[in-house]
Amino acid sequence: MATSEADVGGRAAGEHKQGLYSGGLWSWLTTVDHKRIGVLYFVTGLVFMLVAGLEAQAIRLQLARPEQRLLDPEFYNQLFTMHGTTMVFFAGMPLIIAFFNFIVPLQIGARDVAFPRLNAFSYWLLLFSGLFLYSSFFFGGAPDGGWFAYTPLTNRQYSPGMGMDFYVLALLLSGIGSIAGGVNFLVTIVNMRAPGMKFMRLPLFTWMALLVSILILLSFPPFTIGLVFMFFDRSFGTHFYDAAAGADPVLWQHLFWVFGHPEVYILVLPAFGVVSDVIPTFSRKPLFGYPVVVFSGILIAFLGFGVWVHHMFAVGLGPIVNAVFGGATMLVAIPTGIKIFNWIATMWGGQLRFKPAMLFAIGLLGIFTIGGLSGVMHASPPADLQQTDTYFVVAHFHYVLIGGTVFGLFAGFYYWFPKATGKMLNEGLGKAHFWLTLIAMNLTFFPIHFSGLLGQPRRTFTYAEGLGLDTFNLISTIGAFLFTLAFVPLIWNLWYAWRRGRPAGPNPWDAPTIEWTTSSPPPHYNFAVIPRVDRRDPLWHPHIKPGLGWAGEAEPGGVFPRVQPDDAPEPIVMPNPSYWPLVMALGLSLATIGGLGSLPLVFTGVALALLGLFGWAFEPAEGGH
Amino acid sequence: MGLFFAAVAVAACGGTYPQSALDPSSDFAGRLDGLFMQIFWWAVGVFVLVEGVLLYTVFRWREDPARGRPPEVHGHVLMEIGWTVIPALILVAIAIPTIRTIFLVDRPTADPDALVVEVTGRQWWWEFTYPELGITTANEMHIPLGRTVDLRLRSADVIHSFWVPRLGGKRDVVPGRENQLWFRPDSVGVFWGQCAEYCGTAHALMGLRVLVDAPADFEAWVTTNRSNAARPADSEARAGQGVFMANACVSCHEIRGTGARGQLGPDLTHVGSRLTIGAGLLDNNLENLIRWIDSTQVVKPGTLMPEVDLTESQIQQLAAYLLGLR
Amino acid sequence: MGPTSTGIGNRKLGMWTFIGSECMLFGTLIATFLIYRGRNVVGPYPRELLNIPFITVTTFVLLMSSLMMVLALAAVQRDDMRGAKIWLFMTGFLGLIFLGGQVFEFNHFVHEGLPLSRNLFSSTFFVLTGTHGAHVAGGALWMGTMFTHAAQGKLDSNHSETVEIAGLYWHFVDVVWIVLFTLIYLLE
Repeated sequence: MATSEADVGGRAAGEHKQGLYSGGLWSWLTTVDHKRIGVLYFVTGLVFMLVAGLEAQAIRLQLARPEQRLLDPEFYNQLFTMHGTTMVFFAGMPLIIAFFNFIVPLQIGARDVAFPRLNAFSYWLLLFSGLFLYSSFFFGGAPDGGWFAYTPLTNRQYSPGMGMDFYVLALLLSGIGSIAGGVNFLVTIVNMRAPGMKFMRLPLFTWMALLVSILILLSFPPFTIGLVFMFFDRSFGTHFYDAAAGADPVLWQHLFWVFGHPEVYILVLPAFGVVSDVIPTFSRKPLFGYPVVVFSGILIAFLGFGVWVHHMFAVGLGPIVNAVFGGATMLVAIPTGIKIFNWIATMWGGQLRFKPAMLFAIGLLGIFTIGGLSGVMHASPPADLQQTDTYFVVAHFHYVLIGGTVFGLFAGFYYWFPKATGKMLNEGLGKAHFWLTLIAMNLTFFPIHFSGLLGQPRRTFTYAEGLGLDTFNLISTIGAFLFTLAFVPLIWNLWYAWRRGRPAGPNPWDAPTIEWTTSSPPPHYNFAVIPRVDRRDPLWHPHIKPGLGWAGEAEPGGVFPRVQPDDAPEPIVMPNPSYWPLVMALGLSLATIGGLGSLPLVFTGVALALLGLFGWAFEPAEGGH
Repeated sequence: MGLFFAAVAVAACGGTYPQSALDPSSDFAGRLDGLFMQIFWWAVGVFVLVEGVLLYTVFRWREDPARGRPPEVHGHVLMEIGWTVIPALILVAIAIPTIRTIFLVDRPTADPDALVVEVTGRQWWWEFTYPELGITTANEMHIPLGRTVDLRLRSADVIHSFWVPRLGGKRDVVPGRENQLWFRPDSVGVFWGQCAEYCGTAHALMGLRVLVDAPADFEAWVTTNRSNAARPADSEARAGQGVFMANACVSCHEIRGTGARGQLGPDLTHVGSRLTIGAGLLDNNLENLIRWIDSTQVVKPGTLMPEVDLTESQIQQLAAYLLGLR
Repeated sequence: MGPTSTGIGNRKLGMWTFIGSECMLFGTLIATFLIYRGRNVVGPYPRELLNIPFITVTTFVLLMSSLMMVLALAAVQRDDMRGAKIWLFMTGFLGLIFLGGQVFEFNHFVHEGLPLSRNLFSSTFFVLTGTHGAHVAGGALWMGTMFTHAAQGKLDSNHSETVEIAGLYWHFVDVVWIVLFTLIYLLE
């Protein structure tokens, strides 16, 4: 393996001397650079999102008219299962981790994450588990138990094929990567902050990354165990969910939703973090109520562990249980609302620039609010007895997930693309993307609030003619088609910027946080000189700028250096690339495939994983941290 | 969006939405609807306020060089308190009727005169048993106006959910557990329902009907359904009975008063009197019965009723026989 | 290694974080075991099978292994490589003895009519203690690696943190066992 050298000019050796995106396949397979891993996560997440979007298109096509048989129910049930599973685990989370990877070390003044090889390991697990899950289509059919996979439907008796085995194994494998990522980012944020970067000076995006890491660490284990129980019931005849043996099938629901509810905060808090960074930049005003926004995030994360039964109000757990969890669910609306008000107050009195990033951020405020209000409607257990398991819920969570997560990630994309690539995106295409998405999203999901209340249950491949749901579904399908079209300006913009984007300087938006002190894209080692900060929004202090300058202020401080020098004054030793994370991920993946029923493959995989583990452990200690 | 609201308001009151949760026809459904509407109007108020302020902000504070750099405002404690306390109060205003309603509807009924109906969810149909009346039927539940109905909900296989929106909220049926749901219907009528918990291939086709009858009509229905099956009325139906008894039908279906004692599928003793077949899937008439028997897996893919190996005329006879079982 | 914001090394903080996550993992397994206690429809039942005296001995062995771990760390910290090798070896060795006891008990249960798929007790017991056993096995492997390192002269007081971190893991696994022993055996 490559040995570490620092050359005289002070530039680190080992990875991409030429540039972030250069280098052949081997350099990408062995990278441990958080920026490259972030790019890998982004591309992977985007591809899976497009695939899941096509699945949704097919679903909406089938539902365009009542009693249609374009798709048979067996295939339809696989489609909605894969749509949900893909969007949550293989699109949403990877895209979020992509942003965490690229941005968090830059925002805290670090040169990489705490455990770079573990970082790469997490990515390869994600890729392999996603490919493994999708291979199910070619091996007897994809999982068809819904993304939530309730037992006993998903036990061996009622789901005899291999589809659900793919589900269990793929999620166990990717879960390992997620938990590793949680450890990595928590240690990075707690332990690798630049001098002066106290917690209450962290950019909000990094704050949310910290909270999300904690959520991942605490919520994934119950899900892992739930999946293990399902695997054992399906493969070894145990009785964890077997009512006839004295067990409770509802145990699965508890384990799933104890994870599942924090998972939705895992998906939305990063978006809130993006918006909390974007809105101040494009309002030229600091975030209103920074400590309150931080603490409301902490409250949401904490309370989010106490509401999971609100997904189970119709199970019949009794009035006291329902009342307690209904109350807790209403409680969590308060810190969420507080954030929205603080964001509006940030814009109030500001100088609002409607770049695409800002448009998506404002869009989040508008759309997420609607989703939040329908969420409050669900919070009342008796009212929820009419809403749960209907298209009303589908409307709710698409408003919060698209309005929240997707809009937030798009805002982050437009915001940080220049930093990541050194190119500016085309603003016109960005605005077209925004408006098309906004209109399409509402067209797709607003009508189904009504079809849900008028009697359309979820997860149904068709609906009867006499129910009166035809128009709502047709409009929704048209919206879905438009939604697919809305991706065209995005893809076009990516291609355009890559080829002909204007070069971006270090801080094209005049933003206040320290990732904007580096070049675009940053050098391999991020900072030639580790910055020192002494306040929040350091780049806005001191701020003497012609035209819109804060009159006469010349107070010292902020961040040093304000712009990173081109060359490092001292040699910087960075972690070497390594193929051991890939080897270990490959080994675990083989063992996972063996879980479908081949013991030799399991042993081979474990052996390879152990080889990878020992290779990793005995590799010469990396440079830097 | 306003148009949508108007459309729904109109729609909710009309009769063209037989499965509408916004058109209650029982005390239970009425309570839920009342609670929902309270929350709804609070939500509308908050929506108008928040979106209004957002839109105003976006327009009012558009970039304008003449205005100069914005003031460096970091927060305002009183505002933070304000917009914490006010939403909290609104939530209290929602929580109080919520909790009251929970303890009204989520407890066993206190009515000693309630009619008990045992509901068993199965892939992909509903079995209804009236223990006090000695009746077993499938997919169509008759209940009398003027009495409380006390549903005991069970599952024979996976989790389903019993949902008749105009008569009330849903309740899951879970293997190993008995759930309860009760209500008092407001008026006679035919009420549509559907399984509301994903339960496999034909989940979307697991409907049901609840018929609220005037008391006299209910008594008549009870008398008929208690009795054994009607004799076939003509030669066609008689031949059909012969086909039924000589084939696999008897291993799954029961027709009381004959040799057919199967327990796996719906009881067919009075199937001819039902409005629908296939669990709310098709209107009950000769043509559809023939279609159902002839191409079961096409009409309801995945259903546990196998395709049968009968000639066209045999199927016609069967259909005639079944239609005569009123 | 550069200075960290908290003063604790990244790897040590990482192990503490991982242990926090593992608490949720074992917590879920333990909660399931407790919820399903007493709900078996068929036997054999726990009180017929659980051999408290035997498991008390293996528990003691595991506890002693933690003592060995403490001694190993102390040895490394004072550059006593001979002592370090002995105590690291003993830690892993006693861990394997404990595992041997587990294997023996599992075998015994199966012979008494309790295979994995028998009832709720078999399901929860084997998966819970099996998961713990897998963690012990991983730890024993880790001890073996460190022993090799020490034998090769690659371990010294400057690298004592890796031993400390392994110790954190080992003690955690031991504490989990104390909880399991109490809940499964003593409170039956």
